[in-house]
Amino acid sequence: MCGNEALAESAIIAGCDAYFGYPITPQNEVPAYMARRMPEEGRIFVQSESELAAINMVFGASATGKRAMTSSSSPGISLMQEGISYLSGAELPAVVVNVMRGGPGLGNIAPSQSDYFQATRGGGHGDYRTIVLGPSSVQELVDCMPLAFDLADQYRMTVMVLADGILGQMMEPIVLEKKQGRKLPPKDWALTGAGCRKQNIVRSLWLPEGSLEELNNKLLNKYKQVEKNEVLCEEYEVEDADIVVVAYGVAARIVRGAVSRAREEGIKAGWIRPITLWPFPFEQISRAADEFRIFLVVEMSNGQMVEDVRLAVTGKAPVMFYGRPGGGVPTVDEILDQIRQLTLRPKT
Amino acid sequence: MMKTVFKRTPTLKDCPTHYCPGCGHGIAHRLIAEIIDELDIRNRTIGIAPVGCAVLAYDYLDVDMVEVAHGRPPAVATGMKRTNPDKIIFSYQGDGDLASIGAAEILHAGHRGEQITVIFINNAVYGMTGGQMAPTTMLDQVTATTPKGRSAIEQGYPLQVSELLATLPGTIYIERCALSSVARVRKTKKAIKHAFELQLEGAEGMSMVEVLSPCPTYWRMSPVKAMEWLENSMTKVFPLGRLKG
Repeated sequence: MCGNEALAESAIIAGCDAYFGYPITPQNEVPAYMARRMPEEGRIFVQSESELAAINMVFGASATGKRAMTSSSSPGISLMQEGISYLSGAELPAVVVNVMRGGPGLGNIAPSQSDYFQATRGGGHGDYRTIVLGPSSVQELVDCMPLAFDLADQYRMTVMVLADGILGQMMEPIVLEKKQGRKLPPKDWALTGAGCRKQNIVRSLWLPEGSLEELNNKLLNKYKQVEKNEVLCEEYEVEDADIVVVAYGVAARIVRGAVSRAREEGIKAGWIRPITLWPFPFEQISRAADEFRIFLVVEMSNGQMVEDVRLAVTGKAPVMFYGRPGGGVPTVDEILDQIRQLTLRPKT
Repeated sequence: MMKTVFKRTPTLKDCPTHYCPGCGHGIAHRLIAEIIDELDIRNRTIGIAPVGCAVLAYDYLDVDMVEVAHGRPPAVATGMKRTNPDKIIFSYQGDGDLASIGAAEILHAGHRGEQITVIFINNAVYGMTGGQMAPTTMLDQVTATTPKGRSAIEQGYPLQVSELLATLPGTIYIERCALSSVARVRKTKKAIKHAFELQLEGAEGMSMVEVLSPCPTYWRMSPVKAMEWLENSMTKVFPLGRLKG
């Protein structure tokens, strides 16, 4: 089972009622898996005519209180931005998986991390946030799915699982099991037919003066709660480190190897791996920067998350960058070389 | 003894609308409300309001409603109906919404045979944004973006969406009606009711009623003249009647 299939099965276990999607490489195993498995479970699979339609089908299912998801890859996610903005305005839960590939434009079909800006800044219009999870193994990708659905329902937000072509295609041993989910609020806002109760309206248009500002501030308060409660981050041997390498997703796994090798060479290196990319672990990184040390950010892009790391470090320490864009994958040796150079260690 | 012969139907809210004098939306809303009450389906109906003048339809129709992105109601309706086959899902869309920006969505919802009811209000112009050309704008019709009148060479011919959709195996009922006289309004109601009934019966496919509707404001006509133009000119390009089913 590859990462794409594993995430699909995990979504089914997490109670996904409906999947809507459009083919795009490198995530085609997701719709193919869902096309077979969802009907077996008596649930809904629809191949949409476009990503635009897919995200709006998610919108429709979600508006009636169902757990709905879609998946795509970078160019398709661009098309979904309109829908994500509307989902955010209407405060509808949704889970969107982006198995990133190289860009801009049609780019290529190689793994990449070049959609970090789009994912964490909200590629659509308006004042909104989406929760972004950046798993770094197939097991973590699997574990992300129930969490994504729970977070989406709890905060009535879009949760994006930001994977990449490597994770989607990679096979690793995994454990698939149903876990106890969070206690979630009732969906009393859902459109189920106004019988005895008052009419429910799902909307994102607020015309009277001040009414949209009120909604924006309500959203802001919600986002503050997410920032307070939902940051996930992993760190390793940061305490005595002269250099801390920050990376997420697949890049973080390569960094892990490079940092271990550096330690073997006597370089005091550590790493920090943001798991939630929004909310970003600003506090954890800022704390690490309280002692003087060098930060090296490694990404499979020409530098996107590095901007958040700089915001977290706020000039307290130098933040350097090493990246490989366009489908390039940094090697352990490349990263180790960077670590050596930055810590003024000669090449062995 | 006094007898009530005409009253507000419960699903139509007791409030004034924001529509211009002589606009057809108010009539169309009332017809839908009457049908929902007559079929007694208020407790299982979900409506979809479009981007356009009717975006606030939920302020007038007392059913569960959602307002969605421009042109996307058929996709949203698909998500709703597939996950809630027992619910009655209708979308209410204008010509800019359905025939222009949402052309792909309506075509493919029809193509897949989604079991939804579509009310397509065709007034040959974009109302909300100030009277620009719609795909259904008539030849020579002056709009904000066709100041010299629509020309076939430059802007193409008025798009006949109902004829197009009627060719799809996935559509089961397509009818074009008009709001230009009392008789026509009654006929429109009959058509919309039939479209709802088909969904209630679980008929396999999409049903759509196109409603030719006046927009006196952006046709730059009096409400009376607008009704006349609708009856005498629009129906020539958009012939009334049942196209399918």
